Amino acid sequence: MSADVELESVSADFGSFRAVDRVSVSIKSGEFFSFLGPSGCGKTTILRMISGFVEPSEGVIRLGGKDMRGIQPNRRPTVLIFQNLALFPLMPVWENISFGLEVRGIDKRSRRAKAEELLELVDLPGAADKSISQLSGGQKQRVAIARALAVEPEVLLLDEPLSALDLKLRQHMRAELRAIQKRTNVTFIYITHDQGEALAMSDRVGIMSQGRLQQVAAPREIYNHPVNGLVASFVGENNTFPGEIVSISGSFAEFKTGLGTFRAALGPGVTKTTRCQLYARPEHARLVDTQPDGLNSIPVAVSDVTFEGNFINILVTDRDGRMHTVQVRNDGATVVPAPGAKLHMAFEPDRAIVLTDETTVTAGLRA
Amino acid sequence: MSQLLRRYGTAPTVILVVLTAFWLLVLVLLPYLYLFENSFRPYLPIAEVGGPKDVYSFDNYLTFFKSPIHIQVFVWTIIYSSIVTMLCFVMAYPLAYYLAKVASNRAVPTLFLLLLIPLWVSEILRSFAWFIILSLKGPLNIFLIGAGIIDAPIRWISGFRSIIIGLVYTYVLFMLFPIYNSIQSLDTNQIEAAEDLGSPWWRTHWRVVLPHAKPGIASGSVMVFMLSAGSILVPTLLASTNSRWFTEIIQQWMFESQDWNTGSAYAFLLLLLCTVFVSAVMRIFRVSLSDIAK
Repeated sequence: MSADVELESVSADFGSFRAVDRVSVSIKSGEFFSFLGPSGCGKTTILRMISGFVEPSEGVIRLGGKDMRGIQPNRRPTVLIFQNLALFPLMPVWENISFGLEVRGIDKRSRRAKAEELLELVDLPGAADKSISQLSGGQKQRVAIARALAVEPEVLLLDEPLSALDLKLRQHMRAELRAIQKRTNVTFIYITHDQGEALAMSDRVGIMSQGRLQQVAAPREIYNHPVNGLVASFVGENNTFPGEIVSISGSFAEFKTGLGTFRAALGPGVTKTTRCQLYARPEHARLVDTQPDGLNSIPVAVSDVTFEGNFINILVTDRDGRMHTVQVRNDGATVVPAPGAKLHMAFEPDRAIVLTDETTVTAGLRA
Repeated sequence: MSQLLRRYGTAPTVILVVLTAFWLLVLVLLPYLYLFENSFRPYLPIAEVGGPKDVYSFDNYLTFFKSPIHIQVFVWTIIYSSIVTMLCFVMAYPLAYYLAKVASNRAVPTLFLLLLIPLWVSEILRSFAWFIILSLKGPLNIFLIGAGIIDAPIRWISGFRSIIIGLVYTYVLFMLFPIYNSIQSLDTNQIEAAEDLGSPWWRTHWRVVLPHAKPGIASGSVMVFMLSAGSILVPTLLASTNSRWFTEIIQQWMFESQDWNTGSAYAFLLLLLCTVFVSAVMRIFRVSLSDIAK
């Protein structure tokens, strides 16, 4: 069983502070949906509103088409996995997992059987009688997931549950969570400030900033076609160039900066008068010895090189002293320029985009 | 010790250590030892003290076991102290939960102040105040009749009623604070997680909050019970014609019979038997001393 979740112009006010501002989104049944945003952007409040711990100040939340206003958390078909997991330390693992079943008056034998079954599902067999303090971080994670799945929720809400784990384990748990979601087909709503997590796991991602939803789209769409400057600079790395549009021809613009005029794709909602900037991703830029024809390019000096393993970041400084990054793949034989080298940073016009600074330009939100 | 020396120098360290030792040895340990030693000696005319009859024996302790009335008073003291403890728990737990998890952070200091203000008045005065409040034509009866809750005045100072009221009033905070502390250390997410999994409020308390608060409840209960069983003031001032508290018997041995030897024996019996009782109850509830110390 899984349900679709619908937020219709939902706001949350704490005193005079508006934590969530008119968020509208439709999350499909069985979807893995992530809210991605910096801390303090209101994503936790959204989760707490869906689970029922916070009442929206305005707007309606519907689960499976049913209006949730006035329904307490213990009567909603949602389960929340807390950031600190909130396992019950005084109960053994299996009682933790079966707590929701105990509440529903299920007898002890069936509870125990269900707990064992779920421990198999989360790949933690034989841990039923352990105490919570005996478990490692990743194991606790699995117990928390099992505890949530035990009550067969229609919607599972996850509040940055992986943030306490180390990198390797986090990557492993990502795949695991995704697999569990596919197996159970429960609607997952995941919130995180870690874009890697959001992009890797989700069917769709919603980018949040200052209480507002900016863009809702598939991870690839978000990364390749950010709707405004805020999304572009929050998701992935970007080299930005301030300036203004000189002319527009079709879907391209001539964009004048202090370093010259560039040709770049026109972002959504951008007109000649919009306040906007040019964005070019580090992996779409490259370094060349001589100024190329037909490409955007600026003269730069290499200031630093950072080795990241599978790729290499080359930090360069332009004439105005602004830093940019050029990313090259490390194929084992990649030649890296030495710091101080005078080169040209070049990028294709259709790999650069002019995006508005206005956060009122959004995409993918529910009408 | 060497740290003390290094931090404060020789003279202050010596003063600190000597004063602490004086307090512990002379003001605490010595009187106990004196009474303990006396409790094994017979009560003799002064001329015979130190004479051939002055030998150690368990006679004073056996006096208790040979007096059915004293045993009965002891049993009632234990029973009513237990009732006081339970009443304190019933009153303190919801309040502690409210203070620790529900009340806003800004309100808590004010609420604590309101709880503590009565302690600024001495226990004797407060007990006398209750004597007046509870008297047949006192304010409580006038209020209850005025509010239409009862038709005829209730004789509050009868049996153990007034003593229970007085003891609960005097010692309830000793229950409140340990429970408050232990509930406060509970992660609020756990309460929400239980609720989120569908748990009604009473089950959340039964399975999550109460088990977590158990050490606090245990230490609060031990304190309230021991203080109640050992209280002399409240049971004397709020006594009725048919209420007797074990401490009153000790007092009678010491001050009315001038028999400090038997009085001491009774005092140590009270301590010993209460300790046995408390350990037995702790075992039933599976609480260990180390839990309480946490």
